[in-house]
Amino acid sequence: MELVAHFLGSEGARMIVGLIGVIALVSVNALFLIWMERKVSAHMQLRPGPMEVGWHGAVQTVCDAVKLMGKELITPEEVDKPIFWLAPIVIFLPVLLSFLVIPFSETWIIKDLNVGIILILGFSTLAVLAILMAGWSSNNKYSVFGAIRSVAQNVAYEIPLLITVMSIILMVGSFKLSDIVAAQSRYWFVAVQPLAFILYIICATAETNRAPFDLPEAESELVAGFHTEYTGMRFALFFLAEYTNMFIVSAIATVLFLGGWRGPFLPGVIWFLLKVYAIIFVLMWFRWTFPRVRFDQLVTFAWKILIPLAFVNLLITALVLKLR
Amino acid sequence: MMSYFKEIAVGFWSLLAGMAVTIRYFVKPIVTVQYPREKLQMTPRYRGYPQFVIDPETKTHKCIACEMCARICPSQLITVEGVKLIGAKQKVPLVYLHEHQYCSLCGLCVEVCPTAALEFSQEYRLAGYRREDCVIDHMTLLQKRQQALGWPITPIPVPPTEEELAEAAAKEAKIKEAKAKAAAEAKAKEAEAAKAKEAPAKEAPEEEAPGKEPPAKEDQEVKE
Repeated sequence: MELVAHFLGSEGARMIVGLIGVIALVSVNALFLIWMERKVSAHMQLRPGPMEVGWHGAVQTVCDAVKLMGKELITPEEVDKPIFWLAPIVIFLPVLLSFLVIPFSETWIIKDLNVGIILILGFSTLAVLAILMAGWSSNNKYSVFGAIRSVAQNVAYEIPLLITVMSIILMVGSFKLSDIVAAQSRYWFVAVQPLAFILYIICATAETNRAPFDLPEAESELVAGFHTEYTGMRFALFFLAEYTNMFIVSAIATVLFLGGWRGPFLPGVIWFLLKVYAIIFVLMWFRWTFPRVRFDQLVTFAWKILIPLAFVNLLITALVLKLR
Repeated sequence: MMSYFKEIAVGFWSLLAGMAVTIRYFVKPIVTVQYPREKLQMTPRYRGYPQFVIDPETKTHKCIACEMCARICPSQLITVEGVKLIGAKQKVPLVYLHEHQYCSLCGLCVEVCPTAALEFSQEYRLAGYRREDCVIDHMTLLQKRQQALGWPITPIPVPPTEEELAEAAAKEAKIKEAKAKAAAEAKAKEAEAAKAKEAPAKEAPEEEAPGKEPPAKEDQEVKE
């Protein structure tokens, strides 16, 4: 009995409960986001969107997921099998791991690492590797094109993203996400770093491979891009990773700029989720407003505008901090 | 250097303008109709298949089964069978079939109708599973529409049987006979009266002064 109590209070139990919670959150979040995206896109085009299954089509994505699980896992001929099978796992696992350090509220955090932000940024970069693996191993020209574009895109957005985050880190002096939230007790950082916020949102859109930077998928040019050859649950893992990635970048934006779980009246978790979904709505809003850029345009945009602006922002931040 | 910042500012502003457009559309009411559950309101000039006009006074159709529509139809797709009910002056339609699968919606039937009994309907959902589903039975369609309006339903007329017809014919014959008799009597009377008129005219010159009143009396009688 004592042993059980000891175990329940221990770090291990916290991890297990956290992991189960995270897996539940990931799947529910993905189902909700797909439904939300379909609704948002529909209403922006004056359509009602899914309406048939459940209240305003709320159960539609559940049905889709069940259908997807029932599909055959096709492995095309002459694909590089080990890599082909590994790619969906490689894209999904880091996404899952990133949840380790996200502070949903003061107490709802699985493990408050002192390198939290670096851990998330590091793991989210692995998604590019997974996309490259998927595209390269698929033995399909469209997949390879998607993979190539993804890598080129990575060169474009990763640098301004990191520099932007660095200006916040300079202000806080810590990589710990809970410290960053604690530093925003008086005001949100979006008030003092509006440029950084805008740059971060742009880079986050590129990182999640969403329009106008959805070059690796580009369904009007490359069939489905890097996951053209994937079916069934393997495809579903790519899909799940994409939408979970959206949640993660929005969660980081919430933590860095919008004061994390801080807010009056409501409990911290509710505030956190509200802010996250508001940012996700903005990302969806982008998708249904802006047309896709060419990848030379993206690289030009990133290197000529985003990186200089991020550097200027960083320098000004450093200067202000030094003079204060 | 200035142009660089200007370009960024203009570009950013254009992005915001685009987002303003989409968010305005986002809050606008949707225009899509959920097809099998909801129905569009067609414009008054929409030409669906022809259907009976429901007369708001009599609350039924105005068709007299003259078959003008059937005759003018270029595709010959209208079948009208009229019947004259016992005691009625005009025919009423018994069967009115419109094989809409052949219809070109030329509207000649609507135009030619002497009693303006046809109009274009507002119905646009015409899909069916078989060709037979496209045949429109105007009599039952009328009943359905009357039911929807909550008005009395026009029954499909029952054509009179042979016996009834014979009976009616006999009755008619009797009436005719009676009429003929009456006519004959009237004729006879007239003839008599004419004779009576003629007679005094002949007699009149003979008794001039004293007999002036009697012929006048006779005239009166004839008139009566």
